[in-house]
Amino acid sequence: MEILVCAKRVPDTSENEITLNRAGSDIEREELVYSVNEADNYAVEEALQIVAKVGGNVSVVTVGDEEDEEILRREMAMGASHGILLSDPEFQMSDGRGIATILKAFVTQGKYDLILTGVQAEDGAAQIGGMLAAMLDYPFASLVNSIEVLDTNKLKIGREIEGGNREISEIDLPCVLSIQTGINEPRYVGMRGIRAVASVPIPTLGASDLGVDPNTVGEAGARVKRVDYFVPALGKGAEMLAGSREENIDRVLEFIAAKGGLK
Amino acid sequence: MVSLVSSWLKPGRHLFILVHLIGVTSFAYIAWRRLVPLVRAQADPRFDRPLERLGNVAKFWFGQWKHPRYRGAGILHILIFAGFILLVIRSFSTLLVGAFYSLSAPPGEFARVYNTITDYAATVVFTCMLVAIVRRLVFRPARYAVPTRYGKAHTADAIFLLALIAVLMAAEGLFSAAAAAGQFKVGEAGEQLAFLSLPWLLQIPLASASLATIGKFCFGAYLVHETTFYLLLCYRPFGIQFHVETSLFNVYFAKLNRGTVKPVRWDVPDSALDQVKTFGVKTFEDFTWKHMLDFYSCADCGRCSDSCPANAVGRPLSPRFLSIKARDYAFQHYPVLGRSTNHQALVGSVYSDDEIWSCTTCGACEEECPLLIENIDKIVDLRRGMIDDGNVPQSLQKPLKALESRGNPYGKMEKKRADWATNKEFQRVCPVKTLAKNTANTLYFVDSMTSYDDRMQSIARSTARILANIGDDFGILGGAERDSGHEVRRFGEETLFTALRDHNTDAIKASGVKKIVTADPHAFNALRHDYKDVPPVEHISQVIARTSAAGLIRFNAVERPDQIYTYHDPCYLGRHNDVYDDPRNVLDAIPGLKRVEMQRSRDRSFCCGGGGLMLFYEPKEEQRMGVTRVEMAAEAGADVIVTACPFCMVNLEDAIKVAGLEGKMTAIDLAELVDRQMVRHDSTSTATSYVGG
Repeated sequence: MEILVCAKRVPDTSENEITLNRAGSDIEREELVYSVNEADNYAVEEALQIVAKVGGNVSVVTVGDEEDEEILRREMAMGASHGILLSDPEFQMSDGRGIATILKAFVTQGKYDLILTGVQAEDGAAQIGGMLAAMLDYPFASLVNSIEVLDTNKLKIGREIEGGNREISEIDLPCVLSIQTGINEPRYVGMRGIRAVASVPIPTLGASDLGVDPNTVGEAGARVKRVDYFVPALGKGAEMLAGSREENIDRVLEFIAAKGGLK
Repeated sequence: MVSLVSSWLKPGRHLFILVHLIGVTSFAYIAWRRLVPLVRAQADPRFDRPLERLGNVAKFWFGQWKHPRYRGAGILHILIFAGFILLVIRSFSTLLVGAFYSLSAPPGEFARVYNTITDYAATVVFTCMLVAIVRRLVFRPARYAVPTRYGKAHTADAIFLLALIAVLMAAEGLFSAAAAAGQFKVGEAGEQLAFLSLPWLLQIPLASASLATIGKFCFGAYLVHETTFYLLLCYRPFGIQFHVETSLFNVYFAKLNRGTVKPVRWDVPDSALDQVKTFGVKTFEDFTWKHMLDFYSCADCGRCSDSCPANAVGRPLSPRFLSIKARDYAFQHYPVLGRSTNHQALVGSVYSDDEIWSCTTCGACEEECPLLIENIDKIVDLRRGMIDDGNVPQSLQKPLKALESRGNPYGKMEKKRADWATNKEFQRVCPVKTLAKNTANTLYFVDSMTSYDDRMQSIARSTARILANIGDDFGILGGAERDSGHEVRRFGEETLFTALRDHNTDAIKASGVKKIVTADPHAFNALRHDYKDVPPVEHISQVIARTSAAGLIRFNAVERPDQIYTYHDPCYLGRHNDVYDDPRNVLDAIPGLKRVEMQRSRDRSFCCGGGGLMLFYEPKEEQRMGVTRVEMAAEAGADVIVTACPFCMVNLEDAIKVAGLEGKMTAIDLAELVDRQMVRHDSTSTATSYVGG
């Protein structure tokens, strides 16, 4: 099975102190460290596990610039056989639809049986998977937390439903799935693995290579524009329980029950 | 003249020679087969420093140094070992009598004395075997038990081997007794049996028998002795007594540099590691030959697991079975008869993931092992293999990634590393220089835990005040410091460790300092053993002990003389670096401070639960190690646990809460305690409000 995973490089929320820039238009990016978007990493792991069972190849693609190569290398160190960077000055400031347009152009150049995205980017809007599927006229399922290959044309997938329920569906290939974190346990990739793929060439494709009309992507094509970005003021602090241990335990149980955590 | 014994044995001569040939050939073949995996193993250069190694042999092998740590079993073993050593010549000469008559000639003066000694030695060994069998069957020390997850009990095997030795001793005794009884009857000069020894006792009933009967006994005893000897020789390489043959070599080739971790590959320099296809131990053949020899040598005595804190709190790790399971694997896959099958993954079959991650590398098992078997290097090598395969618990992946991008496991910003010192109020009372911009004589290497953890920053401030108080010209690396990488290395992430080490080494060299001080034993051990070409490093407890002995630090009396203190030895200060007395001397120098020792102290110290990345690992356990430890402190009657490590501190403080001892017991770092008690020379005296927070 030929699987394509769409991945994104994001500021790692656990390793950064996100602050706004002076203009208030974006976050301060000076001292940020980046990593591959967590859900995308789960998607790559899932793709690798599928390929380990049924054979095939895993390719990872990202839209960005030279710096984004770092996440392609990390995913290649995990076991992906190809990394492709889609990069062009025209792509900058694309909205979700623009990114989906670029990815669609890339997908139609190749032959992929399955396309995976993360459920959402940590700095994103959970929109690419659905748009990409619609543009490709492929079936789509979101929030996928299990995949089983039934045959060369069909998958059995599980989806997480609000409230902890699960839904099992069959879906025809080729399709697009957005992958929920927790679907698997991604393998560890260290510096050594990345060094081993450091010299593997990563093809870079621009607008003309992909046959993308510059007017449909980038700032020119964007129909959603960010107008503000801020950190909301902190709400009221936590409530401190001051009582005996038994009283506090009872209070905590009440709270959890009141919020629907206990049945 | 053919002696009496020779005439008795003569009819069996061909049989005896045949048994000799079969015995020697079988043993040679078995030994060769046992060597096969060692030949296929990884390189391990252990042929250096012969004098030091011979010293180890004299102390640990011949001197049985570790044995008395377990009094009963230890004494028993020393008696058996001494008996064996004494009996070697006698046993061989007896063996040869059946084949070569001349050896049965009347003994000389030296031989008479030797015979008397060995009569008793054989008696002692025989008695010890009976005692050991009774111990195994009736008293059943708990540490010999085999939990079901590790396989079947080894009692039958142990008793069979003990019984064989008893038979060997009895047969030898009967042979001597028969010879003496016969010689006495015909008036031939013979051996004078030692009073009340085993041969002496056996001779009594024989004395009334006819010469022919005695002859038959002599013949039978010889045959039983000879066959038992070879049976033992050839059976030992199949079980727990193989150490009789291997222990001498195992001790000679034992690891000499404590506190260190073996390189990924002994035969590949660090610079060429990128070319190595796989890291660590994945299959049995990835172990070094010495580690395989360890597996063969394990005597299954259970001391390692008895002292292992992971085993004590119910984690799925028992160091004894690291060896036993690997040996079983070796015996199964490298059989004496049949083809060798090899190259199967160990983790997932022989060992479980959790088993390998459960080790805190505290070193208690290695400290206890009479045969100097190594476990930490094997654990680290197995982890290297798992890291290489990407098989790392999710809870450890985040801190490892953060160490890669931010140089600390918490993912905090590099520039905030010195926040504990740059706080304005603290700077006013105790200015701390940041090196590179400034120069200093001493570098205070803080490391991640003490730099970033709100609670542990108090240790950093106390350390800074102590250094200021003794007039040391010191500074910190601040944002240029990275995690020492001590646990990164011990968790098997060698490449990341190398990057951290190289970064720190460059920063330390650029700072131009003459020496390094740290309050974190893990950083101390890393800088001392894992780093190369950095200035000499001291732990703050050594600095305090040295300067207070020289009168540079004086102490005020403790405010509450009713409190009882105890000192908890951090593994990487104590066991791995032998710093036991300095912290105790400091405590004893504080007027009015009463101190007790926990039962498990000094080199027997019980790990708090582990440092560095171990704080992120979620082990399967019945109780936290720290809780067991504070219970030990309570048992010793202590109200205050003093330690000298930020990781011990975090584990013990948590454990005091979990154990429900809050309000009854407190934990304090040695540096904090000294900071609290020391007579201040300068402006740092106004800083008391910072103590403890």
